[in-house]
Order: sequence, then structure tokens, then C-alpha cells
Amino acid sequence: MTVVTDPARPLDVPGSSGPAPTRPRRGSYSFNRISPQEKVLRYVLLVLVLLITIGPFLWQLSTSLKASGEDIYTRIPRLLPSQPTFSHYGEVANTIPVWDYARNSLFVAVLVVGGNIVGASLAGFALSRLQFKGRRIVLGLFLATLVLPGEVTIISQYVTVREFGLANTLFGVALPGMIGALNVLLMFNAFRSLPIEVDQAAIVDGANVWQRFVHIGLPSVRGTISVVAIFAFIGAWDDFLWPLIVLTDPDKYTLTVGLQYLSGTFSNNPRLIAAGTMIAFVPIVIVFATLQRFFFKGVEEGAVKG
Amino acid sequence: MRYHRWFSPWVLVVPALAWLLVFNLWPSINTVILSFTNAKPLGGGTFVGLKNFEALLHDEQLRYALLNSVIYMVVCLPLLTILPLALAVLVEKKLPGITFFRTAFYTPVVASAVVVALIWQWILDDRGLVNGLAEKLGVISGPLPFLSDQWLLLFSAISLTVWKGLGYYMIIYLAALGNVGRELHEAAAVDGASAFRRFTNITIPGVRGTMILISILISVSALRVFSELFILSGGNGGPGGRDSSVVMLIQQYSQGFEGNLGYASALSIVLFFVTVVPMLALARLNRKAADA
Repeated sequence: MTVVTDPARPLDVPGSSGPAPTRPRRGSYSFNRISPQEKVLRYVLLVLVLLITIGPFLWQLSTSLKASGEDIYTRIPRLLPSQPTFSHYGEVANTIPVWDYARNSLFVAVLVVGGNIVGASLAGFALSRLQFKGRRIVLGLFLATLVLPGEVTIISQYVTVREFGLANTLFGVALPGMIGALNVLLMFNAFRSLPIEVDQAAIVDGANVWQRFVHIGLPSVRGTISVVAIFAFIGAWDDFLWPLIVLTDPDKYTLTVGLQYLSGTFSNNPRLIAAGTMIAFVPIVIVFATLQRFFFKGVEEGAVKG
Repeated sequence: MRYHRWFSPWVLVVPALAWLLVFNLWPSINTVILSFTNAKPLGGGTFVGLKNFEALLHDEQLRYALLNSVIYMVVCLPLLTILPLALAVLVEKKLPGITFFRTAFYTPVVASAVVVALIWQWILDDRGLVNGLAEKLGVISGPLPFLSDQWLLLFSAISLTVWKGLGYYMIIYLAALGNVGRELHEAAAVDGASAFRRFTNITIPGVRGTMILISILISVSALRVFSELFILSGGNGGPGGRDSSVVMLIQQYSQGFEGNLGYASALSIVLFFVTVVPMLALARLNRKAADA
């Protein structure tokens, strides 16, 4: 459920199969050219928005690096620390087990990513490439799930997880999100865009369902699989409400829940909270920055396919 | 062989279907069942009839939460339908370095709401960046209580939600803009239409469907807000709990010996109806506009 309602997910990420089709450029050359004035104006605006969007993160990074002796409440805010230090990162770890929390978050994220890659591609493949009775009903069920905000069912989901004996466990945190309905539909879309003739040829050659899935299906939907993986990871790593409800022991906390705990304990030391938030923020930025080309490629392909 | 043919599709579908039934469909039904009980977070609970729903009617916290939700929606809706479109137009042109800007604008989206709220808590603190700068510039004489005044706290949370949402809706618009005919733009440009006129007469009608979809997403997510208000208010919903949201109330009742999962389920049903209304209204609007 955490993955389905994840706000970080783009809606228009369709199957990205094979090489990206090049968009026909019918525009005349002169129309596409940008005048120097417009170029300057655009860059000025871009930099302005850049300051608004990443400024707060830089400010937090700077706070986390400012030494305990440095006044962080000066009336003229200083972005650059006078004597940068990493000591607050160590201090956070001495007071709350922040690295354990990070490991807990990673454990949950890996389960969720793995579950979604396997479960969603199997189901997506069957629903789009195989004929069987009840196919349309199953597909309809997956679609119907999307209208329901996850928060509405979160309490009874907790009851379900509790009945499995998984309340207050990391496995219980990961379990409900391990196959998201939206991911099944994304994979369904991706597999559907492959030409059916390839399948027919494979059937003539005697390939069974599993062989068609592994050798024909999977290699052509790698793009969508990476999109599913990226957003399953981000969704699991960033989730707060669900682990907050499931977990009661502080030693089982994930990073987001642990951070909230940290901010309650150290509300008087912004440097420590800043260091804690950076520990949660940096991994997700690295994941996204490394894989962002898949993401934006998916968006552009959505534009082409329309 | 025949057996194999009807059997194998189901083998592939069953895991996903099981998840759907166990973690989505059954909990939807069970929410209704639970709402008639006084189930406890640690187990147990009995049937109490309509007691939870009667209590809802007299719940002052819920009234504040609903009021906050409406304000949240009314403020977020115009801002998040228009600003991200402007951003998408800004990053649409392929300039050198544009990928960097797109990625950077998307950063607040990938960051956890908790991280984002903790960062803004520090920026909006009495001694934080905003108050420091404003005092230095002489705009204010004392710090503005962004985090302790009922209304300022609510609007701080709203601005945070808007800030975090910009990049997300920008990307959706960006995909939609790719479908707005380049030829139309060119023809209009040849005819001497200004960039502004082309924007209002070609771009906006071209992304109208996306705009309605986005308004639905915004109103539903505004009603579901949790982390921002929870963290900014320090987990207690601000002065007198007046800055709670419906989801915050649900969470509150999900824990501890004082918790009541039955009541939390009744609140969930309220949340369901509150989110369905704007969804249906906007979907209707969309159909009407399409017919016209």
C-alpha cells in the first residue's frame, strides 16, 4: 500500500521497450532557435527556481557541518560554515542508533523493491500476454484499487499484519507494499506494447510460458522495471505513516520514524537534527541522481506514445 | 499439456492477486466491520453498534481537521495546478544543462516528507532562516510564530506541501506538453501570435485534460496530508490540536492503550467520503467539458 499511494511516482511512465523512438522534428530550424534575450531570461528563471528548490537542502547541509562553537542563529545567515566539521554525524550515531535505522530502512526497501519487480512483472506478463478465463475481472480489480487512498485502509491493514503475527517487525512494515497494484498495471502496459507476433513465433518454436517470459518478455521491458524499482525504493525509504503505526520498539525504527524521534529529543540542537536528516536524504538523492535518466526517458516516451 | 495451458497464467497472477485481496480488498471491507467495534491496537474489541459514528458527530478535533482539510485544498488547488505548468514550460526547451535543472527541481519530491518537514522546521523556527532574514531587513520587529500559531502553522504546512509538490506535477505536465502540437505553435507564431497568447490559446487547452487529472490528485492528496503537519507541529497537532488533519487523528487512535482502532476505522470512512467527493465532482467537470 505504501507504494501505491506514493506521491513521488509519476503517473505517465509507460512501458519503455526497446530503443527510444526519435520524436519527429517537423519544426523549422528558425522556430526552434532561441533568441539570446530569451536564453538569458530562461536561465535567470531556472537559477531562481533552483535556489527555491534546493536552497533549503543546502541550508540544512550547512547547518549540519557547523561546529558547536559557531553561532547558527546570526541575524545575517551564513551559508558556509566557518570551520566545517563532521562531528555531529558521529554525535547523532552516539545518541540514537542512526546506522541501525538506516539498515532497517534498507532492509524494508530491498524487500519492497524485490517483491515488486518479481510479483508485478509476473502478473503484468500473464495479464497482457496470456489468454485465460477471469483475466478481465482480475485486471478490473487492480484498476479499482487505485481509486482508494491508502490511508483509508491503513488501520485494517495493520490489523491484518497483526493477525499474521508481524506487528512490530520490519517484515510487517515491508509486506503490504511488496506487490503494488499500480506496479502491476505499469508492467501490464509495458508488456502489452510488444508485438504479439513475436510470441506466436516463439509458440511455433515450442517455447513454453516461462521461456517466453524470461527470454522475450523481460528483456524488452527493462526500462519499466527500472522505473518500478526506483519508485518502489523511494516509496519504501521515505514512508513514514505506515512504519510509525506498525513499529513500537525504538530499536526497530526505520530512518524516518527514528528521525522524528530524534527531533523530539534534540529540539534544541538543530545541528544534530540536520545531520540526521542528511543521513536520510543523501542515499535517496544518490539513488535518484544515478538512475534519473531512466526516469526522464520514461516521461519522454510517455509524451511520444501519448 | 492442456492442463498446463490454463494453469500457468494463474501461477503467474496468484502472488499479485493474493496481495491485492489480502492487503487491499479485505482491508477495505474490514474497515467497515471494524468501525462498528472498539478494537484495540493490541488486540481484542467488541461490537459497539453505531457508537463510533455518534462520537464522530461530537468530535471537536474532527471538525478542526475537516476545516483544515478544506483550507488546505482551497489553497493548494490553484497554486499546484498553475505553478508546475509554468515550470514545465520553463524546462521544456532543450537548453544546455536542462537535465540538471529538471533533476534538481525534482529533488524535493524524492526527499522524504519527514526530512522536508524537519528542514523547514529549522528554517521557520523563531530563530531560523526566515525570521533571521526578515528581522535583519527590518520587515518585522520580533519573530513570526510560524510553528506555534494555529493559522501560521497551517499555512506553513501548506507552503511546504506546495513546495514539495511543484516538481511532481511539473513532470506530469512535461509529459503532457510533449503531446501539444508543435505545428499549432509554429502556425500561430507565423501568424504573429505572442508567446503569451500561444500559451493561453494553445498550451492551456492542450493540457486541459492533464489539468483536471492534476486537480483531482491535488485535492485528494491535500485531504490526506499527514507528515508535514505532524512534524511541523511536533506530533501534537499544534495549539490545542487545532492543526490536526484527518489522517493525524487516524494515526493518533492507532497507538497505545488509549488507542481505539474502531474509532480510527470510523474516521477512515469519513476520510473515504471526503476524498471521493472532489474526485467525483472533478471527474464530472471533465466529462461536461469534454461534451461541450
